[in-house]
Amino acid sequence: MTGTIRTRRGMVLAHAVLVIIGFFLIYPVLWMVFGSFKPTNEIFSSASFWPKHWTFANYPQGWNAIPGLPFGTFILHSLLVSCLVSVGTVISSAVIAFGFARFTFRGKSILFGIMMITMMLPTQVTLIPQYAMFHYLGWINTYYPLIVPAFFGSPFFIFLIVQFIRGLPKELDEAAKIDGCNAFTLFVRVILPLIVPALITTAIFSFIWCWDDFFSQLIYLNSAQKFTVPLGLESLANAVAQEEWGPLFAMSTVSLIPLFLIFFFLQKYVVRGIATTGLRG
Amino acid sequence: MTSPRTGPGATPGHSGKRGDRVAVATSTKANVQANGEAAKAVRPRNEKVAYLFLSPWIFGLVVFSLGPILVSLYLSFTNYNLLQPPKWIGLENYVHMFTQSQLFATSLVDTLEYILISVPIKMVVALAIALLLSLEVKGIGVYRTVYYVPSLIGTSVAVAYLWQQMFGPDGLINKGLALVGIHGPNWLAEPRTALFTLAMLQAWQFGSAMMIFVAGLKQIPESLYEAAIVDGAGRLYRFFRITIPMLSPVIFFNLIMSIINGFTQFTQGYIVTDGGPLNATLFFALYLYEEAFNFQNMGYASALAWFLLVLVGVLTFLVFRFGSRYVYYES
Repeated sequence: MTGTIRTRRGMVLAHAVLVIIGFFLIYPVLWMVFGSFKPTNEIFSSASFWPKHWTFANYPQGWNAIPGLPFGTFILHSLLVSCLVSVGTVISSAVIAFGFARFTFRGKSILFGIMMITMMLPTQVTLIPQYAMFHYLGWINTYYPLIVPAFFGSPFFIFLIVQFIRGLPKELDEAAKIDGCNAFTLFVRVILPLIVPALITTAIFSFIWCWDDFFSQLIYLNSAQKFTVPLGLESLANAVAQEEWGPLFAMSTVSLIPLFLIFFFLQKYVVRGIATTGLRG
Repeated sequence: MTSPRTGPGATPGHSGKRGDRVAVATSTKANVQANGEAAKAVRPRNEKVAYLFLSPWIFGLVVFSLGPILVSLYLSFTNYNLLQPPKWIGLENYVHMFTQSQLFATSLVDTLEYILISVPIKMVVALAIALLLSLEVKGIGVYRTVYYVPSLIGTSVAVAYLWQQMFGPDGLINKGLALVGIHGPNWLAEPRTALFTLAMLQAWQFGSAMMIFVAGLKQIPESLYEAAIVDGAGRLYRFFRITIPMLSPVIFFNLIMSIINGFTQFTQGYIVTDGGPLNATLFFALYLYEEAFNFQNMGYASALAWFLLVLVGVLTFLVFRFGSRYVYYES
């Protein structure tokens, strides 16, 4: 480290700087969350995040803004898609990572290199052929294009789990083999229970990314009955009048609740994920 | 990423490794002799099992990555609208892209400006805060949590709308500026300020980069600083001669990821500004989307995708290559 602070004054100064920067950084979020409890005209009349006149009207108004489609529908759809993506990513990435971490085979370094390169691959590069493929499969306006690819592993998470498995002593494998384990029982009985923390990190990030993902949901889902939270918010913004920020802030706040819950309760897994692989949040 | 450059200096390490391999080879031979046929039989079966574990990934790679990349190369030489079969038109898409399309050039310039503004700010802020957090003050966990929140939610549609409100003519920013007597501009209506506004949204999400810096700072051996202090080195000297060089692989990793990230930005330009005003925020990914899905120019959009692939590839390669001269790798 560059140093520790020894004086009391230095300590107070460091805290003051951190608190002030943190406050400005987080102010937009406070502005939105508390803004959802303000009458719309107050959102525009004051720069203070704290409501002068508390109101809860924005929530029912935003929830029911689109006729016949309460916001809860979008939340259910997003939960369905994000959970399945998360489960698929965890299972497939764990299996694949075990293959990379615990076997020697021809072409291993080349395959691993290819995997690391695909990690950098922008989604736009494969977009059009993928879209055409799903189009021919009749999967447009279904959840399949969002969910199915997750069951074939995701490079970031494969890498994360490979790193984790490599940290486990090889003697474990030897001992398990002496006890009569084959590769499959070794994976299921010995390795899997030990890599649970890495699997939780994987589950969290794949869930968050899917929850936040606007682009693929925009291109693959086109009827409002199938919409997920990001698309629902967009429809809501188009449905309410231009300056009606109250209901939009309310539903925006609702849309972020799962992320906040995950983050505050499972924070250590999030931190580990970012620190070990440079995962983008 | 952290592998040392091969060169004359690397030779001793190399020969050492080769020596190890020889040792392994002989011991394997000994094993085979000891265990007889059993050891020989295990290996090929083992290899099959390995491929069995990898099979989902290999399938996904072919169907969702490599296959589409090759198909999009083919499509980039065709006129394709999804409904009719692609029609071969040779280099026409590329000719249009490089010589005729004004929007292509505009989107490229917009994206580069966006990256040039947002990435340096993001890097400097992330490093500065990471250094502050490494000062062993109490309650670091709380600060780290708060500073990471923008990264957690920053790419969501909710935040895109929040940004639209904040930078509106009567939004939070102008209300704040009014408190200190400044009459703020209509941020999202002016080409210059609109791009800046989105760059700020990107820079706001410095939390991931910050956490990677924090982890990187922890890796720097304390003994280096102690030795420097004994030699009478000041804080600044220690920062520029120890922290920065030791952290350089992490800095370059963050830099590359941020640049690539910049080229794939879509949601912000789509929701906050819809590419406007006057195409000032028509980011590359947004332009590609419009060509593909608004105008059904799938062939042309594939050419754009291949341009992006080559660009990202070259960029990654260049930064590593050029960077390696300044980057300190501990070998």
